Amino acid sequence: MAKFFAVTIIIIAILSAIPVLRHTWDMPEDISTHGSLIDEQMTETMIEAGIAFLAAQFLLAIFIWKFSNQSPDAKIKKFPGGAKALVIAALLVVGIEVLALGVFGVKAWANVYLTPPAADAMPIQVQAGQFAFYFRYPGPDGKFGAIHPELSNEGTQNYFGLDPEHDPASRDDIVAAEMAIPVNKEIHLLMHAKDVGHSFFVRELRVQQDFVPGLDVSLHFTATKIGKYEIVCTQLCGLGHYNMKAYLNVLSQQDFDDWIKKEQAMQ
Amino acid sequence: MNTRKIVLALLTTLVCSSLMFAGTVSGKVTYTGTPVRQKPIDMSKEPSCAKQHATPITTETVVTGPNNALDNVVVYISSGAPDDGQVPTQAITYTQKGCQYVPHVLPMHVDQEFQILNDDQTSHNIHPQPKINTEWNKSQPPGTPPIKEKYDKPEFIPVKCNIHPWMHGWFVVLKTSHYDVSKEAGDFKLPNLPPGKYTITAWHEDYGTQTADVTITGNETKDVNFTFKAKAY
Repeated sequence: MAKFFAVTIIIIAILSAIPVLRHTWDMPEDISTHGSLIDEQMTETMIEAGIAFLAAQFLLAIFIWKFSNQSPDAKIKKFPGGAKALVIAALLVVGIEVLALGVFGVKAWANVYLTPPAADAMPIQVQAGQFAFYFRYPGPDGKFGAIHPELSNEGTQNYFGLDPEHDPASRDDIVAAEMAIPVNKEIHLLMHAKDVGHSFFVRELRVQQDFVPGLDVSLHFTATKIGKYEIVCTQLCGLGHYNMKAYLNVLSQQDFDDWIKKEQAMQ
Repeated sequence: MNTRKIVLALLTTLVCSSLMFAGTVSGKVTYTGTPVRQKPIDMSKEPSCAKQHATPITTETVVTGPNNALDNVVVYISSGAPDDGQVPTQAITYTQKGCQYVPHVLPMHVDQEFQILNDDQTSHNIHPQPKINTEWNKSQPPGTPPIKEKYDKPEFIPVKCNIHPWMHGWFVVLKTSHYDVSKEAGDFKLPNLPPGKYTITAWHEDYGTQTADVTITGNETKDVNFTFKAKAY
């Protein structure tokens, strides 16, 4: 029985590894400038974890095969050095693996979060609220009007609580339900939540960022391929979370200029 | 015997006269100035609704008609009407269609039952937000039976959808069944008014409330018009 179990473990380990090695479920295409760093990090993690997983499963199977059904007076073999040495060895092996992943991964993280956006990056404000994303562009004056939460009114589509009557900077702001950006232009996203926690996730952009109520979060990225992509909320935010999404339209500069003009006319 | 006949005759005359004499108040609601432009609604997050509108629909805060007509104004008798307490039994419905509330403003009598229908391929979660009546919200997946509800206190109740932020409308709960909503050319009509002194109130969701006093003496139709001032923002 034990030997049968040992063989089953090995079969399961190999079957689990096959789809990963054959890239059966691959990552969606990467359309960002920092995406390759993240994808490399993912691959390295899978390799390290994969080797550790297979090694552990094989060792387990071997031990079960060899040492089950032993007679009661067989000698019990000990790990050389005893329990203390075993713990130290485990700490070192796992610790080095995790540290290595962390050290090599810092560059991917820093690229998105710890470096300042380029001076000519285009700022776009994103507001996540139950259950839709709304985007605001500063308009020709380049300034975002102040947000007055007490003035926000979904019935009149004043999602950001702007006060065009008293605040000139908000008069030319463009509020849209979809996010259009020009290709190959750095975008500086300024994100805040209207109510509860949400998350902004575009898998092709390799960008996923939680909105924490009360915090102003910012990140920057550059999209490299024209197309329409989904922005989905990936933080459970209530009964409409399943329905919370928006579309990211990466357009040529010309198409983007046309789009912005069209949106401006509709404000 | 004679006295009884006289009294009976008098009573009959009185009752008959009040039944025979039923006036009407009718008129138009208009606006002056330039209303703020209604913004088109982007429904891209709900494709099954977006494709129902060849041109995107706009917000309905201010709906106008020809010749400066102002629509969706609830005109009703706010005082003077016999508070008969009789709840109208006719069915009234509030439909979610194309991710929009139809009609935008639904007047009803206190304790009158109304039905909420979901005509869309997506779930809605209707959330009226009263301050006096009991607040509730209800999920309604597509193909499920109508939701039946009623309110027991008069109030102007804004209605929103918890899932689709752009959906907005109103429940107007009134003590009287003498009400109308101005439509198209801004016309409204309040028929079947027994002789008496009345105060008519006109309510618009953004431009506020106006009142007018009117006296009905017989069968006549009294003309009462309301003019609201448009807001620039």
